[in-house]
Amino acid sequence: MLLECHQVRKVFGDNVILDGLSLDVGEHEVVALIGASGSGKSTLLRCVNLLTEIDDGTIHLDGDEITDPRADPDQVRQRIGLVFQSYNLFPHMTVLDNITLAPVRVHKKPLTEARDQARQWLDRVGLADKAGSYPDRLSGGQQQRVAIVRALVNNPRLLLLDEVTSALDPELVGEVLTMIRDLKGEGMTMVLATHEMGFAKQVADRVAFLDGGKVLEQGPPEQVLGDPVEARTRQFLARIIEAGRL
Amino acid sequence: MKHQPSTRQLERIAYRRGRAIRSVLLAAASTAVVGTLLAVGITGAPGWDRVKQSFFDPDAAVKYLPEILEGLWLNLKLLVVCATLALTLGLIIAVLRTLRGPVFFPVRALATGYTYSFRGLPLIIVIYLFAFGIPGLRLNGTPDVLWLGAAAIIVTYGAYLAEVFRAGIESVHPSQISAARSLGLSYPQAMRHVVLPQAVRRVSPPLLNDTVALQKDVGLISLAGPIDAIRAAQIGVAQDANFTPYIVAGVLFVLLALPLIGVTDWVTLRAARRQNAGT
Repeated sequence: MLLECHQVRKVFGDNVILDGLSLDVGEHEVVALIGASGSGKSTLLRCVNLLTEIDDGTIHLDGDEITDPRADPDQVRQRIGLVFQSYNLFPHMTVLDNITLAPVRVHKKPLTEARDQARQWLDRVGLADKAGSYPDRLSGGQQQRVAIVRALVNNPRLLLLDEVTSALDPELVGEVLTMIRDLKGEGMTMVLATHEMGFAKQVADRVAFLDGGKVLEQGPPEQVLGDPVEARTRQFLARIIEAGRL
Repeated sequence: MKHQPSTRQLERIAYRRGRAIRSVLLAAASTAVVGTLLAVGITGAPGWDRVKQSFFDPDAAVKYLPEILEGLWLNLKLLVVCATLALTLGLIIAVLRTLRGPVFFPVRALATGYTYSFRGLPLIIVIYLFAFGIPGLRLNGTPDVLWLGAAAIIVTYGAYLAEVFRAGIESVHPSQISAARSLGLSYPQAMRHVVLPQAVRRVSPPLLNDTVALQKDVGLISLAGPIDAIRAAQIGVAQDANFTPYIVAGVLFVLLALPLIGVTDWVTLRAARRQNAGT
């Protein structure tokens, strides 16, 4: 297993967000996390990236326990990419500088090499002409694609995507989803929290429904989204269908 | 095809132009009235002739101008040194105050104590303490009074500038640090490459404004003895019992501040424009 979350617990004050959650992700696997707002999808991703400290349990990446207090979080994060709902590009840097920051400062790559690599990526995702632009000149979809490239140039073992299309106008969602679909084709291991059930169905190998701080139900998308076993999952999906999003 | 404005639009344009002309005329008239009243009020005052003689005497101005200019050169050098060092000190203190974790408690406490006490302490008292107190210890290698005075200015302004920098650092959204850390950058790297550049850009108008204040407070060093522009003017005043040298020094200080004020306004305007463009 590439990622093993075992009995993970996270509490904010009196609020139990993750209550002994366990989830395994195999290499080249794409897992979609679904569930109501506040069900702990984003918290789980932040815990895996060590941006949030867990209160109990263990998380292993490639067999190493990353929640060991002696593990160096900076080294762990170099193996995991995280893309945020609100892009979080650095507004004072050009697109190119956003992408080359980590390769140059963290991985000590020569600047010219890092720039060449960044340009190749931008070319691939159709943003070659935006290399010198500042983020505020880009549309939301373009910004999010740059954010994904920024995570990918570090060659992560695992890519975490936290509701990456939730802040986008509907007509811009497609370009980001296409990019994620391409990444799946290349065998990238991904865990994505999403509200796009249709997309989860298309791209995920497995869908996990989070409820009450646990994975209540998981399995192939057709089964979890089409014929769920648990009553809570059915209720959730009924609300989604009501909202016209499945 | 060129757009032909409708009659209604032409009416609107004509009306607005009329209003604009009216406001310009009104502004000119009111400025003239206020100016005249001021001039009449001051020059018509019973003591005007004596004030004119003792504050605006052209001969005294010419006589002491070279000395005052020489003193101003010292002010200018001091300004550059004090501004550079105070900005550096302020930045370091501000960064120290953001450090988390129990290990850094003493550092944080010291930095906080420093900003609290030196923002409250009047600059004049700090100058006296440094320039007369430290030599009083009779330690070997005590620097010149000029340097001690400069140190007093740096330490006092460093405390103000630290708070400005800190406000800037805190205004950068935590998600920016999350993004930087998620890419594998360490905390110092995230600070250096992501937080500080944005923070400094945001607070550059107030930082420059404090530098304008610093440029005139540099004159307070005359209290410690060095002959700067104010001290030179004071000597002139004492010799001829005429206040004109002060006016000369004052005008020179304003002239010295003008370029800096201009830069401040320009930077503020640019920052506001960037802010409005959205993030």
